[in-house]
This record gives sequence, structure tokens and C-alpha cells, in this order.
Amino acid sequence: MSKLSLITKGLVKENPTFVLVLGMCPTLGTTTSAINGMSMGLATMFVLVLSNMAISAIARFIPDKVRIPSYIVVIATFVTVLQFLMQAFVPAIYATLGVFIPLIVVNCIVLGRAEAFANKNSVADSALDGIGIGLGFTAALTVLGLVREILGSGSAFGWKFLAGDGILAFVLAPGAFLALGYLMVIFRKYIAKQ
Amino acid sequence: MATKSTFGNMFACLFAVCLICSAILAGVYALTKEPIEKAAQQALAGSISKVLEGTPSEVQTVALGDKTYEYYTISNGNETAGYAIKSSAIGFGGAVKIMVGIRRDGVINNVSVIDANNETPGLGLKCQDEPFIGQWKGFDPSSKVIKVGKDGGDVDAITAATITSRAFSNAVAIAVEVFKTIRGEEADANTGASTPSNENKEE
Repeated sequence: MSKLSLITKGLVKENPTFVLVLGMCPTLGTTTSAINGMSMGLATMFVLVLSNMAISAIARFIPDKVRIPSYIVVIATFVTVLQFLMQAFVPAIYATLGVFIPLIVVNCIVLGRAEAFANKNSVADSALDGIGIGLGFTAALTVLGLVREILGSGSAFGWKFLAGDGILAFVLAPGAFLALGYLMVIFRKYIAKQ
Repeated sequence: MATKSTFGNMFACLFAVCLICSAILAGVYALTKEPIEKAAQQALAGSISKVLEGTPSEVQTVALGDKTYEYYTISNGNETAGYAIKSSAIGFGGAVKIMVGIRRDGVINNVSVIDANNETPGLGLKCQDEPFIGQWKGFDPSSKVIKVGKDGGDVDAITAATITSRAFSNAVAIAVEVFKTIRGEEADANTGASTPSNENKEE
């Protein structure tokens, strides 16, 4: 598999949100605006790339029966590191994303990539895989956040182009499901066509 | 790739992984401790300076009922300009934390939001925006009632976010009571000022 395809497959063919349908909790919970969705995607990507690299480096030393607890400890470490860094340097975003940052530990994309890819491949390939999947997740969350923000509050990336309110339902939870469903249809029909 | 599991190597492996991870965490914690404190302080100083201009004192506390509240005395030169009082009430999704600046004469100078991230975006979260937060500038609790219109007061609630507006008003009312306690005044029922509601207290 070429190096480039490691990245592009995460964006399109194995897009974690639209194709694999993984990590739905942060996807639905944090995409009230494009900025929020993008921040969540980037935060997950940070953890994903680092944990993929670390796990691929140590996988062959880890006895089979304790590999899941070991991976989770590694992932939790990077999530906590991220938490400290965000608290220190971007406290406003940290406050907005709230509980969803610590919940990256149990995001199945991260453990999924560790099990399905990182523990069988080289450190470099695992890093690329993390970048690819991470970008796919970030792109999906940004688009979903953007759609909800445009329809729900009449703004895009915080820039308001419509006075007053939009269709409020799209900012609320039901709108997340609606928007995600339609985006999934469009994505699968036109972009991820085999 | 799978290493055969024995009691010995499982034990050693988990021990090593946990040890290394804790070491990394301890390191990052030590490195970020200062910036995190700085960021928190900056946020606090920002919310204080927004509600009342002047030099804030160190944090002070006052007891009201069975709760203690934090406040800062704001001085302008040698004079006390007023107080910045931290207050909160339970809104739609959790605590709404606000900073209330009250001038020496008892009039609310301004209010800023410390944390309302549990409120619904597009609804309750609008309590941070001008139409709602602006009405507190110069709000005089001795002539107006700190309750939303629906409850017979003078606060304009956010459309479709009565619960947040109500919590916000309660938090302001609590701050006014705290102010009276600070000033050593007994809450005077005759002025028609609102009575603080205790139903929204945090646990």
C-alpha cells in the first residue's frame, strides 16, 4: 500500500464518520458549530497519531493477554497530556468542549486503529494512518458543524451572515442526527462510490 | 506479533507501561502547571475588570445562609468603588457561573459570564450576548425586581430560554444579597427588592 493511500483512505474509503460510523458520541455532541467540530477533530487526531505511533513501537513487547489494558493506558496518557496543554494554552476551547476531551480515551476510533492497524504495522505507517483517519474525522466533524451552524444560527465559522436566528432545531440534538444522516447519504452516494 | 503471555511478563509489561506513562504525565503536569494557573487567573481578572473598573483586591469570602461566596473589593484610588461578586445558579444543563459588579450605591454596574457552557447553544448560551447581558448595565435592584417577566419581574428573558434566564436572574439576586451582607445591611423587605431564592442553590 502506497504511503499516500494510507492518508487518503482515512479521508474517503474508510472515513471514520461517514463510512465506518465510529465515534458517534463526540460527532453528535460537539458539532454545534464549525469551530467546535474542527477543534474536536484536531484534538482526536493529536491523540490518534501519538497513540498509533507509541503502540506500534511497543506492540511486539506486549503479551497478548494484556494488550488492551496497555493500549488504554497509553491512550489515556496522551489524552491527559492533551488536556493539560489545552487548559494551559486554549482555555476557551477547552471549556467549550468540556467533558468530550477526557472522553477521547473511550473513542472507539482510537482503540480501533490501535487494534486494527498500529499493532501490525511500522511506526511511520501508523503515524500516516493516524493522520489520515484523523483528517477524515476532522473533515467530517467540521462539515457537520458547518452545516448545523449555517442552518441553525445563520453563521459560518463564527461569521454571521444572517440577522436573527436560523432553524434552531439544527443546533439542538435532533438536528445533529438529521444533518449527519443526510451528509452520510450524500457522502456515500457521490464521494465514496466504489 | 503476539508475545506468549505468562504471569511474569504480563506483570512486568503492565508495570513498565504504567510507570512510563505516569512519568510522562508527571513531567507534562509540572511543565503546564504554571501556564494553567496563569490562564485561570487571566480569565478571572478579565471577568472582574469587565464588570467594574478599578483595582481588585485579593479574593475575600462572605457567608450567606449556609454558603460562602467569593468576592473582590474594587478600589479606585483610595475609595471603594464597589464589589465584584461571584455567583451561580443551576440553569438548564448545569451551573451558570457569573461575576456581578455592584457599585457602592447598590446599583449593578455590569455582569459577565464566567461559565455557561452547559447551556444549550443558540438558546440559553445567548445569555452571553448583548441583548440579554446588556440589560444589567445600571440595573437598580432597589427599584426593579430581579425576576424574569414571566415571574412578575423586570428582567427580559431570552426567547425560548426561560430556565437559563431565570437561573441567571437568581444568580444576580444572590449577588445582590451578598452585597447587602457585605455592606452590613439587613435585607430590607420594605424596599421591594427581590428576595433571593434558595431553590437554585448548588449542592
